[in-house]
Amino acid sequence: MTKYIFKRVILAVITLLIIVFVLFVLVRVMPGNPFPSERMSAEQIANKRIELGLDKPVLVQFWDYLTKLLHGDFGKGTSLYNGAPIKTVLSTCVSNSFRIGGLAILIGTAVGLLLGITAALNRGRFLDGFCTVFSIIGVCVPSYVFLIFLQYYFSYRIPFFPYFFDPGRFLFSAVLPSVSLSLFSMSTVARFTRNEMVEVMDSDYVRLAESKGIYGPRLVRRHVLRNALIPIVTVIAPLIVDLLTGALVVEKIYGINGIGKLMVDAISGEGVDYNYVLALGILYSSLYIGIMLVVDVLYGILDPRIRVSAKGDA
Amino acid sequence: MEQVNIMPNAYVPTAGDFEFLSRQDINVDRNFASQGYWKGVAIHFFRNRRAVVGLVIVVLITVLAILGPILSAYGYKEIISVTNDAGKQITAGSISPQLPGLFGSENINPLFADKTFLFGTDTVGRDLWTRTWFGARVSLIIAFVTIIIDMIIGMSYGLISGYYGGMTDNTMQRFVEIANSVPRLVIVSVLAIFLPKGMGLVIVALLLTEWIGMSKIARAEMLKLKEQEYVLASRTLGAGNFRIIFGQILPNTIGPIITQVMFSIPTAIFTEAFLSFVGVGIVLPQCSIGSLIEDGFNNITTLPYQILPPIIVLALLMLGFNFIGDGLREALAPKLEDM
Repeated sequence: MTKYIFKRVILAVITLLIIVFVLFVLVRVMPGNPFPSERMSAEQIANKRIELGLDKPVLVQFWDYLTKLLHGDFGKGTSLYNGAPIKTVLSTCVSNSFRIGGLAILIGTAVGLLLGITAALNRGRFLDGFCTVFSIIGVCVPSYVFLIFLQYYFSYRIPFFPYFFDPGRFLFSAVLPSVSLSLFSMSTVARFTRNEMVEVMDSDYVRLAESKGIYGPRLVRRHVLRNALIPIVTVIAPLIVDLLTGALVVEKIYGINGIGKLMVDAISGEGVDYNYVLALGILYSSLYIGIMLVVDVLYGILDPRIRVSAKGDA
Repeated sequence: MEQVNIMPNAYVPTAGDFEFLSRQDINVDRNFASQGYWKGVAIHFFRNRRAVVGLVIVVLITVLAILGPILSAYGYKEIISVTNDAGKQITAGSISPQLPGLFGSENINPLFADKTFLFGTDTVGRDLWTRTWFGARVSLIIAFVTIIIDMIIGMSYGLISGYYGGMTDNTMQRFVEIANSVPRLVIVSVLAIFLPKGMGLVIVALLLTEWIGMSKIARAEMLKLKEQEYVLASRTLGAGNFRIIFGQILPNTIGPIITQVMFSIPTAIFTEAFLSFVGVGIVLPQCSIGSLIEDGFNNITTLPYQILPPIIVLALLMLGFNFIGDGLREALAPKLEDM
């Protein structure tokens, strides 16, 4: 098992390094000149280039960037926030986004599991149908559309929740964005849990457990849920990643100072801020790869068969 | 000789015992033997109520997206205006939805009394009915074009990787692994540096991301099929690798790939809507579902009706394609209990 985890971690680090390198090169070979040539003389530009290290070979520049990166230094923005250090801007944004995203995943998974289990236990009855309809709507309508409606009805028509995000009252103003963000994961988890549960409940070993005299909550807890939950781990991971994308628009709509809004600002403004694109690209990629890594390892722990087949591969 | 009843309580059968209790109890074996593969798939597909509903929704929206702008009296970027008595141009901005004789006709400016705007008009005076269907058309075209190209790329990639195996497969799969570890958002943001905002950006972003899923499915199918006898037979008869991959094996992998296409199209529509909403997609006066939702959102407090048509069209398209995908998946791999 240790060997399996070790191998996965090494692979993830190599992948991340490759991605960071490609991103770096892409951003550096950008057409265009970072200095306003009409206001600076050729000599000034040359000095500035030496000062910023732009005269060195790309590989040396990459190494410099990487060493800075490992010390947590992302450099400075070119146009956003008057060139403030990215690190300071990023820390506030990351904390806002992570708290709201975490809340959304928590609500989505908890309610989704509950809905799925209820539906599976009431198969073919009203609750089951309700759960199906709910999950279809949740999957078909983007999260930001839910937020637009929630905002319109509960902040504008009935001014109960704040219309825009207010960091002073975090929990109160986080309700609408996290609920709307959670709906997609909620419906996916609910649908998946229901189908997995139904499949497990029809299996031979559950019938055996029943014939041994185990029934009710004990049967569900010990024999059905344990086996049904394993594949659900794999759905939750891509959902977290989807959440990142969804959060982009949700943060823009609700005026949340998060990484999503930062990304929108970086790419959709008049000029594109390369350094932010680079920093956020690295952040998103490492998050994504990290989540995938955790899921792979978790899956290996939960289901020994995966480990065995992975060993066979190598 | 007297007959001895050795079983005094034995049951004596009557004629009624040999008749069917009720005709409904008879199970008739349907004969599937003589029909072709695709006919069987079609039968399963059309027997699935959800799949048919999905198909109807998608066909209906497609027809409206084609015919809507053509049948409309206004162009999608035409700013509707009339000249009043004083000789001044008045634009038909911000008119609520109306259906003659039913709703919305009461508080309309008398200048526009002879015109009908089913979905109303936007703030600058463009007909939303035309724009909604034009936007749906743009979104559908983007989705179809990119997904078909992705299908060709992904399918070829997966089939070749699976067929040759060994070192080729290893290298190609490492590349897929890395490509798959880049979040779509990062690809889009890097593209935003290089490309101007607009339809091109959306299409390239989709082209770069959606092929991976297809290639995985194509490879898995190839691994399943390449050891089959007909492949061996074909090779024995002298068929080249190219012919075996694309002529012999490809037709047998098409089912799962089409299912994947049906699931990729809503993803593409979703991505387009998201990009246009963020402001790197379709630019005015062009429109798509996403840019219409953004327009509606910007005016939601004053003209809340504007956001409804594009959202409903988007949701219905997602629903339709998802239902078709589910239906196809079940029809292609029917379980015994469904027969």
